Amino acid sequence: MALPTDPAPKFQEYAHPEMIVSTQWVADHLGDPGLVVAESDEDVLLYETGHVPGAVKLDWHTELNDPVTRDYVDGAGFARLMSDKGISRDTTLVLYGDKNNWWAAYALWVCSLFGHPDLRLMDGGRAKWIAEGRPVSTDTPKPAPADYPDIARDDAHIRAFKDQVLAHFGQPMIDVRSPGEYSGELLHMPDYPQEGALRGGHIPGAKSVPWARAAAEDATFRTRAELEAIYQGEAGLSPDDDVVVYCRIGERSSHTWFVLQHLLGFGHVRNYDGSWTEWGNSVRVPITRGTSP
Amino acid sequence: MTSQPVSGAALNPRLQEIVDDFGDVPDKDRLQLLLEFSQDLPPLPERYAAHRDRMEPVPECQTPLFLAVEVEPDQVVHLYFDAPPEAPTTRGFAAILHAGLDGLDADEVLATPPEFSSQLGLADLVSPLRLRGMAAMLSRIKRQVREQQAGPQAQ
Repeated sequence: MALPTDPAPKFQEYAHPEMIVSTQWVADHLGDPGLVVAESDEDVLLYETGHVPGAVKLDWHTELNDPVTRDYVDGAGFARLMSDKGISRDTTLVLYGDKNNWWAAYALWVCSLFGHPDLRLMDGGRAKWIAEGRPVSTDTPKPAPADYPDIARDDAHIRAFKDQVLAHFGQPMIDVRSPGEYSGELLHMPDYPQEGALRGGHIPGAKSVPWARAAAEDATFRTRAELEAIYQGEAGLSPDDDVVVYCRIGERSSHTWFVLQHLLGFGHVRNYDGSWTEWGNSVRVPITRGTSP
Repeated sequence: MTSQPVSGAALNPRLQEIVDDFGDVPDKDRLQLLLEFSQDLPPLPERYAAHRDRMEPVPECQTPLFLAVEVEPDQVVHLYFDAPPEAPTTRGFAAILHAGLDGLDADEVLATPPEFSSQLGLADLVSPLRLRGMAAMLSRIKRQVREQQAGPQAQ
């Protein structure tokens, strides 16, 4: 049923090596029954310019979100989406994308809300696949609809809402945005659109660990030892901590959520997807400016 | 934000043709059309390729885009855009504006309705957030045209 895991030594160091595969593993297994590879990008047209042969497209903005409410699709919507992509409940779903796998990690996190059993990220994402000169295709697969059950979304374990964040004060929180966004000098990512936060700064008590610390130059994840030095050493987190991570709209913090939960094996990590676009616009929530938590 | 009725604003014939082209294809092919536009964005002339600092950044686009506007003495407007190949959506938006506005008179460029991008039928396919970049490009083009019309001292 499920495909074999990637035996690469680097991955065996991680707490959950079954959650990550290399570009080589994907190349070796393309076309295997039971495997679907999905590309999830920031740029909605990037998939169309060429993608891993046979990969389907999974767009965060237009497919994983509810079109009206600021929320994700419900169980029926997710079942429909998965069915359309040819994904059934026992499919091994490998996600990859642009921008250091931000959106792929986001998609993986959303799929985790529905408890999809076998989810994996392709280490290094789209950039690494292309840098290695591997084949790309502009053919869009037309998968036969699969049976996918209507599973209720479980927001209790890996997702945090604003009220829960307010109740979480005093416990570990990680702000993964850029230093300028954290301090309040910037209201949005450098060179990115203003996405409408009225106030700048960070959630009181949140430590700044920009997401990019977890990524190597080639967009792959750093080794377990390197990640431990950053999150357990510098940031002082412990694997049994109850941790909340956030960014601006929840995509960069999905990357850090993946690192803490799956690569370092933390037991309780929640992504606050409302993130700064909710907090920075909320009336009378406390905000800290400057470089200290 | 001021909102003007979209229906009453007339487009120049070239932009209207582009809007009609987008309107004539089914949803699924509309993204493909945007991709084709992105592939047709003309390369930068040497005077900008070697001098990116002479171009204006458009930070409202998801991926940094650079823009240059030239108004000739006879009021003809020329537009130059630069965006990386990993940003086909941004390139597509730039190419639409290039195809619809380059070579027109300054007054025709200034008359382009600000909500023009909403007529392409892309909001549901691309997401309104991503579309915002095109409106920002247009407003910066118009500002530069106005500044250059006002004279070189205003630049």
